[in-house]
Amino acid sequence: MDTLVLLTLTGLGLGALYFLIASGLALIFGLMDVLNFAHGAFLTVACYTAWRTAETVGGVPGLLLAAVVGTATGLALAVVVELVLIRRLYGRVREQILVTVGLSLAVPALVQTVWGADARTFPVPDALSGTVGVLGARVPVNRFLLIAVALLVLFGVRLFLSRTRYGLIVRAGVEDRAMVTALGIDVTRAFTLVFALGGALAGLAGVLGGIYFGSLSPHQGTSLLVFAFVVVIIGGLVSITSVALSALSVGLVQQYANYYAGGYGDLAVVFLLAAVVLTRPAGGTGSPLLRLRRALAAHRTQAAGGTA
Amino acid sequence: MTSEPPILTVRGLDVDIAGSRILTGVGFDVPASGVTALLGRNGVGKTTTIRAILGLLPDGGRVTAGRVTLAGEDITAEPTHRTVRRGIGYAPEDRGVFAGLTVAENLALAERPGHVHHYDLVHDLFPELAARRGQRAGTLSGGQQQMVAIARTLLNDNILVVVDEPTKGLAPRVVTEATEVLERAAERVPLLLVEQNLAVVRRLARSAVVLDAGQVVHTGDARELLADTARTTALLGVGSHSSKGAA
Amino acid sequence: MTATRTPRATPAAAPVKGPAPDGAGRLRRIRPLTLPAGVLLLLALLPYSAVEIPVLLDGPVNSPGSLQLFALCIVFGGLALGYDLMFGRTGLLSFGHALYIAGGAYGTQLAMAELGLGLVPAALLTVVLGTLAAVVLGAISLRTLALGSVGFAMVTLAFAQAGSIYVERNPGGLTGGEEGLPLHVEGVPAALVGVQNTVHIYWLALGYLVLVAAVVWTVTARPVGRVWQGIRDNEQRVAVLGRSPFAYKLGAFTLASALAVLGGVLHLLVTAGATPHTSTPEFTLTLLVMVVLGGSGTRWGPVVGGVLFTYLDQRLGGWNLGVEPMLVLGALFVLAVYAAPGGITALGRRRRS
Repeated sequence: MDTLVLLTLTGLGLGALYFLIASGLALIFGLMDVLNFAHGAFLTVACYTAWRTAETVGGVPGLLLAAVVGTATGLALAVVVELVLIRRLYGRVREQILVTVGLSLAVPALVQTVWGADARTFPVPDALSGTVGVLGARVPVNRFLLIAVALLVLFGVRLFLSRTRYGLIVRAGVEDRAMVTALGIDVTRAFTLVFALGGALAGLAGVLGGIYFGSLSPHQGTSLLVFAFVVVIIGGLVSITSVALSALSVGLVQQYANYYAGGYGDLAVVFLLAAVVLTRPAGGTGSPLLRLRRALAAHRTQAAGGTA
Repeated sequence: MTSEPPILTVRGLDVDIAGSRILTGVGFDVPASGVTALLGRNGVGKTTTIRAILGLLPDGGRVTAGRVTLAGEDITAEPTHRTVRRGIGYAPEDRGVFAGLTVAENLALAERPGHVHHYDLVHDLFPELAARRGQRAGTLSGGQQQMVAIARTLLNDNILVVVDEPTKGLAPRVVTEATEVLERAAERVPLLLVEQNLAVVRRLARSAVVLDAGQVVHTGDARELLADTARTTALLGVGSHSSKGAA
Repeated sequence: MTATRTPRATPAAAPVKGPAPDGAGRLRRIRPLTLPAGVLLLLALLPYSAVEIPVLLDGPVNSPGSLQLFALCIVFGGLALGYDLMFGRTGLLSFGHALYIAGGAYGTQLAMAELGLGLVPAALLTVVLGTLAAVVLGAISLRTLALGSVGFAMVTLAFAQAGSIYVERNPGGLTGGEEGLPLHVEGVPAALVGVQNTVHIYWLALGYLVLVAAVVWTVTARPVGRVWQGIRDNEQRVAVLGRSPFAYKLGAFTLASALAVLGGVLHLLVTAGATPHTSTPEFTLTLLVMVVLGGSGTRWGPVVGGVLFTYLDQRLGGWNLGVEPMLVLGALFVLAVYAAPGGITALGRRRRS
């Protein structure tokens, strides 16, 4: 029982991290068709600037400042990339993806040149490094922090999408970009905006990832990015909530399988992906609920297969 | 009336899509009042003409020659959103309604900042849309979606409204309703209308432009053209209203 | 604009070194082969040269170090050309090619070490199994039509990531984890073992490149190649013509994967070991970079890109620039996307015309 509680909360924490990365990816992909490989690089750089800040200032204030610096780094980097590199290739999706691929190779190498290849320890203040007793399990405090931040972000992004004019433009643009311009709206501003939002969330994920893993390395973002891609495919582009549900199931499957299936959580996630891809009708999207039920069913067979 | 300058002029428009020539030297005027019908068989380039005017050609499509002016200003190479902001309302062939957005959100998206928004007119013309404000547009019937599309073009003070096949796929009763709405709209703003249903054209259009194989083959008074059955059949290939079997 | 009808631009059969033809008609037919044959001859004779090239090479051309570098460059030229069969010729953006290369390297190594097979049977077994795996995984990946071509990219990436994780986890001590595995020399013929035999490995690598070039250049000149091109340019049109794009795409995927598995065997021999780096998604990304740098969808572009990239990747570190090679190469690549949209080979062509 206590193991299950610990696994569940750890899985939720990991899912929270995936959600922060995947939500930005899904918005950028949905609106612009750009598979943003540089997203992991945003995360990595943000993680390093946050680490420098937290080291310099120290303690809880240092961490708070690090969160601000990390988020701002991700945001600034994303905006620069969009305005300077992506914008020039407007309408050439393949070249846009290639540019982000180049960045995904060059930026970790830059980080490695500046800060070295070895993993560093991310300073976590005492207030966040302890554990809390939940139903007999000792759960690290940082899991709750991650879950709480992810919920706040989910709430905030939903509010942005449903209540603001730009949110409206983004939702409409995901459906039919050309029609949005045909209503007299400059959709390229929405591009910059989703890049900024995605970059900020990736930056925040960088800081939280540092706390969650307790360390950082030049390729941290790249390895998280792959799972964020999986989350985006499983969740589809139905809504930000579907991305959240997908992130949650990927995080849980990974943790359960890691424990019950001998450390092969990452493989279980790929099987989950294959199951979802194969059961989803080609071309159709299906309702999020139906998809979730399918995803959960797949997860259950996966878990059962793992223990057998 | 003939001295009035046209609101839209198209001159010598050549359009290529994926390397093949779709339009050749297309030229016509849209008068500053009344309905101008753009006619022709399926696949002759009516929608391409509209899209070229608005800068909405699909990937691989481009205007290789020619000039388009709106109210005397060159809009040929302008980005779509700038052209539209000059005062064009556009209801595309597939209606372009955002299925995941509510009716109210579809209308709100069309609101042009700094303009007066004629919700009174829209709700007067389409009382049903007021009642269905919170409904997702994807769950509306085809006729209701067409209402949303037309309502969006009438929300702002436009100087030209472009409507592409508004009655396509609608039930006869709904066609009549849509025609009445367009007739009322035409009292306020000049309309460029692509339409296959000749009864609708006869009722609404003042002037007509006929395309064939990517070229303008006839321009003139719409009713005169339609009165001449032999000519209509020759140009449009229709005795009946069947739009099937077109090249 | 590509109307410069050089003889090379015409589709050609395999670049074989045939005896000098006598008839004029045969001469014309063979002429497209003069350049490949010349290049091949030059490369084949390279080990007989003892020239020293300062800065560019550490030792003489025929020193084992230089020959190993050349062999690696040539293997990557072949791997990039095989990858381009999907990317440049069919328009499939796969991020999972590394899975098959690593599969070839680890599979052959394990078949030799665990099953006690010799190099040739082990490689054959690996290629057969790898090709079967490609059919299954390719079919699954190509089903992600709901997200368009990007869905395919992401699913192939996920499969490759799974493989990479498997390799790095070192299950049962099988893959050697982060250390990788040293080549199981007991299974390898003596002529391919040891520093003094580097030249044989070099010729073997050259043979691989010739094979890949023969396969890729031949099939793309055949009707199936035109269907692939059709899929790349406009998939709908191919479907309308009554051809199943799915079957053709799966064919391109499987053929490219089979060549990748074989390339993995060569990588194992050239680097004298199976390294986990070959299994990472980053490895696939570098192949993509090579292809685009050189010029995707062209005969020579991927080969040139693969050779040049590998050379720089290997040498930049030795020049003490104070930065990671990948920083230079990644930045160079981003610049190339803007400055040389058709790749390096297109730059040369533009200057000539």
